[in-house]
Amino acid sequence: MTILFDGIAYGMLLFILAVGLSVTMGLMNFINLAHGAFAMVGGYLTVVLMQRLDVPFLVCLPLAFAGTALLGAFLERTLYRPMYRKPHLDQVLFSIGLAFMAVASVDYFVGSQQQIMQLPEWLKGRTELGTGTPWELGMGHYRLFIIAVCAALTVGLQYVLSATRFGSRLRASVDDPRVAAGMGINVNVVFALTFAVGSGLAGLGGALGAEVLGLDPTFPLKFMVYFLIVVAVGGTSSITGPLLAALLLGVADVAGKYYVPKLGAFIVYSLMLAILMWRPQGLFVRQGGK
Amino acid sequence: MQWWEPVLWLLAFAAPWTLPHHALIINEIAIVALFAVSLDLVLGYSGIVSLGHASFLGFGAYTAALFAKWIHPDPLLGLAVGTAAACVLGALCSATILRGSDLTRLMVTLGMALILFELANKFDGLTGGSDGLQGVMMGPVLGRFEFDLMGQVAATYSLAVLLVLFFLARRLVHSPFGATLMAVRDNRLRAMAIGVPVSARLAVAYTIAAGVAGAAGALMAQTTGFASLDVFALERSADVMLILVIGGVGWLYGGVVGAVVFKLMHDVISSITPQYWTFWMGLFLVVLVMVGRERLFKPWTWMGRS
Repeated sequence: MTILFDGIAYGMLLFILAVGLSVTMGLMNFINLAHGAFAMVGGYLTVVLMQRLDVPFLVCLPLAFAGTALLGAFLERTLYRPMYRKPHLDQVLFSIGLAFMAVASVDYFVGSQQQIMQLPEWLKGRTELGTGTPWELGMGHYRLFIIAVCAALTVGLQYVLSATRFGSRLRASVDDPRVAAGMGINVNVVFALTFAVGSGLAGLGGALGAEVLGLDPTFPLKFMVYFLIVVAVGGTSSITGPLLAALLLGVADVAGKYYVPKLGAFIVYSLMLAILMWRPQGLFVRQGGK
Repeated sequence: MQWWEPVLWLLAFAAPWTLPHHALIINEIAIVALFAVSLDLVLGYSGIVSLGHASFLGFGAYTAALFAKWIHPDPLLGLAVGTAAACVLGALCSATILRGSDLTRLMVTLGMALILFELANKFDGLTGGSDGLQGVMMGPVLGRFEFDLMGQVAATYSLAVLLVLFFLARRLVHSPFGATLMAVRDNRLRAMAIGVPVSARLAVAYTIAAGVAGAAGALMAQTTGFASLDVFALERSADVMLILVIGGVGWLYGGVVGAVVFKLMHDVISSITPQYWTFWMGLFLVVLVMVGRERLFKPWTWMGRS
């Protein structure tokens, strides 16, 4: 049970990190390998704010979100927009170049050592339930906090996507940008906003995950694979797909590392390969979409 | 055959003997060029975006190194074995790249490289794990030429293999088979409609390219006497893509030109800033794509509208 719990916490975290990527990929058919860089920026923002300026942890999280969202909006306007119409090869090269630059710059400014998060006292504990029974469940308070925050965000996102005017505009643009533009939706603005929010969420995820995933300058390259797995397996047409994919990945990864540590990440990659061979468009694809 | 081609190759073969201090880097360039030619067969001629081409390089390298260590030290035999092993792996993997979108292909190729990386890391009894496979002693090439410390024999050996495989690859892409590959790349649906067996062609092309990459890996293991985990790393796959793009995709000399430019650039930049050279490579990539791949080496077109 503890493994299941940890896996869910991990999966929720991955979902928050990857959901922005899934929307950008679905919306503009843009392969963004630099998404992890935004998560790293969020993580470093939090660590630096907490260590150097003594900002409380709970204040840092919104700041990490806002900071990366602003950065995302800025980069979207300046660098990303001309890339949308280019072929996929160009997009891959461009975003991988961006990720390399982010890695080297962070290395230069902060240093290559792993950053350590100082959690506030009230998040450090651990609660044991049903000790002695087969269903023994040990919950780290921080994991619990992650699950709560991510669940709230997921519900919020789902509400925004399904019930607000912006959500329906966004879904219309995902389904068919040209027709959406013809109906008077400003696809560019929708996309810029979505990109900013997606980057912000990645930043928030990076801030939350700094303690769980570890934070060092190679973060974007190390976890890019995981984000891409979530998106490739979950499909890009909804947010439930990536959510389920992220949970599956989180549980499989934690369980795999716990039961067969020698094979490590091997299980996850094989699982992904098998799923993609079975359903090349992703597991949870809506039929009849574009 | 253009008039400048024999001149180019003669210069290449003369280089390790006239510039003995640079023989090692010439060897590296030849190997990387061969790897880039292999990726060109996949990316440039078949249109498959692959981010895991290092799987075949690494597989060839480990196979050749293990073969030399445990079975027979002859380089040519090892080269053949490494190539064949990578071909088999390529044939198995070709089933994964036939369906799905670019993203799916990107993921399965990348996933393959990661799986091999993990396997090589975990089976450390066989591969040496993260320490790398050490103690590979190579026999002399053709039973006569010993590998020397300066790397002159190694460079000539690699160049010779590059030459042979390069012209074989060129023969391939200029054959009717190559023409159908390009038809598939340009428009899969139409190629299918005129009766090209798309899946079979792509699978064969992928297998051949895997074999060439395996040969490059085998050369790498043989000339350095060493195979380490970083042959599977993502950076390798990204580097070779960059090399190919610098030189030009869909043009076999592109891989060779790109390898020369890239290796020299790498050498210069990393001698200035050893730690942060990835930054400059990243910047180069971004600028390259912003300006446009085909326009980078034609400065007079930068100002016009694309």
